[in-house]
Amino acid sequence: MPTMHARRYATNAVMTTLTAACAFLAVAVLVSILGYIAYRGIGAISLQFLIETPKPVGEGGGIGNAILGTLILLGMACVVGMPFGIATGIYLAEYGAGRFASLVRFLTDTLTGIPSILVGVFVYTIIVVPMKQFSALAGGFALAMIMIPIVARTTEEMIRLVPASLREGALALGAPQWRVTTGVVLPAAASGIVTGAMLAVARVSGETAPLLFTAFGSRFFNVYLDQPMASLTVQIYNYAISPYDEWHAQAWAATLILMTLILVINITVRFFTRRKI
Amino acid sequence: MIEPRAGEQPAGQARTTTAQAKVSVRDLNFFYGATQALFNISLQIAERRVMAFIGPSGCGKSTFLRTLNRMNDTIPGTRATGEVLLDGEDTYAPGLNVVNLRRRVGMVFQKSNPFPKSIFDNVAYGLRINRLTTNKTELQDRVQQALEDAAIWPEVKDRLKTSALGLSGGQQQRLCIARALAVRPEVLLMDEPASALDPIATQKIEELIVELKRQYTIVIVTHNMQQAARVSDVTAFFWLGKLVEVNATEKMFTNPNEKLTEDYITGRFG
Repeated sequence: MPTMHARRYATNAVMTTLTAACAFLAVAVLVSILGYIAYRGIGAISLQFLIETPKPVGEGGGIGNAILGTLILLGMACVVGMPFGIATGIYLAEYGAGRFASLVRFLTDTLTGIPSILVGVFVYTIIVVPMKQFSALAGGFALAMIMIPIVARTTEEMIRLVPASLREGALALGAPQWRVTTGVVLPAAASGIVTGAMLAVARVSGETAPLLFTAFGSRFFNVYLDQPMASLTVQIYNYAISPYDEWHAQAWAATLILMTLILVINITVRFFTRRKI
Repeated sequence: MIEPRAGEQPAGQARTTTAQAKVSVRDLNFFYGATQALFNISLQIAERRVMAFIGPSGCGKSTFLRTLNRMNDTIPGTRATGEVLLDGEDTYAPGLNVVNLRRRVGMVFQKSNPFPKSIFDNVAYGLRINRLTTNKTELQDRVQQALEDAAIWPEVKDRLKTSALGLSGGQQQRLCIARALAVRPEVLLMDEPASALDPIATQKIEELIVELKRQYTIVIVTHNMQQAARVSDVTAFFWLGKLVEVNATEKMFTNPNEKLTEDYITGRFG
């Protein structure tokens, strides 16, 4: 019947337009944020800004120590958080069937939702107070704590997406369970796990609250893990709440640098872990 | 390498004695939780013959096939009672090495399941995990041999390093057969290996089965009765979890002993 066809075509057109409009809106918001940050930030960026330490108002200065600090803190968070997160995910997906696994799953979900400032306070209590000083170590640990549940749950989901037929194929060839997991399941889930890991890195690289009580911040270049360490987010925070226009401009520029940094890390990791076959 | 037996017996040796049985099943019952799926199955599978399992969907033929290499162990809550003897050795004995059993009893699945690896690595997988080769040349030889045995070598010999997922459906299934053959199992289980393939690819698989019979004991589950008639020596008919009749394929499809078998084969139900 022609009328029915007409209605279907109309519904189809309306729905397609609606979904496209929503997608456009979502992207438009994102692009305008990125564009505005680039617009406000690009002016203050120079070589000095990238390699120097902060200086008093009116004397320029840079965020070199904060860039280095962020990289070190992220590196530590990955070193601690990734193995724990991925191992937990593997356990939940491949071995976790009982009550203990349900408990772990519930706790990781809860942990994902905890406000990050609580993580900062917690790490302050268990690391900063006993050590009697703020340290990069505490900062990295706090970021790792935020990272673990995200990595664990995405790893679990990605491993669950690997078809059971692949596992059966490997088991039928006489492969022990652990060889199935390491040789077949993990490679098949690798790109998804990497995506989850990258999301976790992106998420923690934007965290300020857990670093305020832990890595604290610093005006100097520092590579010692038992000392306070600067980070881009804390630097942005400090500059943004200051009354000086110059520091506001530097905060915008630092934000642009942070965004670029995450982008570069993301692309680099994807390049090196891309599926070769 | 096992040489083909001289003076092959003509197809249709219905009665197989325990002495020549490769696999011998006695009073097998199988349960998914509280649901019983197989009832008192007793069956002998002769060496270097093709046995076909036929029967309507849900009759237990796949479940039974998967008890032969204990693939059902991977499903939680399943339980088996009775005996499955491979060369006289109970495969359900406590402490038996399942990994070793599965190396001796290979399996090809209904849906081809190549690993997301290269063609070469797919076939080499079983050899590597079982450490069946000592050097690279030997590994390459065994991979080539398996691909030749699975009648796919000419099609893939120039693209061994490319992804197995780039092959067509029929090629993927033959690759999976090659992967199973590479570890040189004694028994090869095939769970509807051609059900997802077009007629030409199906024909290739069927020719392959007839060829492989010279070296392997083959058990094939199929929904296609013409296929069972074409490739098998002995046919077993399952119905509602029970084994209704085992007979020489020729006799089974011309003059079965049981009325139920005749009704199924002539299409009166199922």
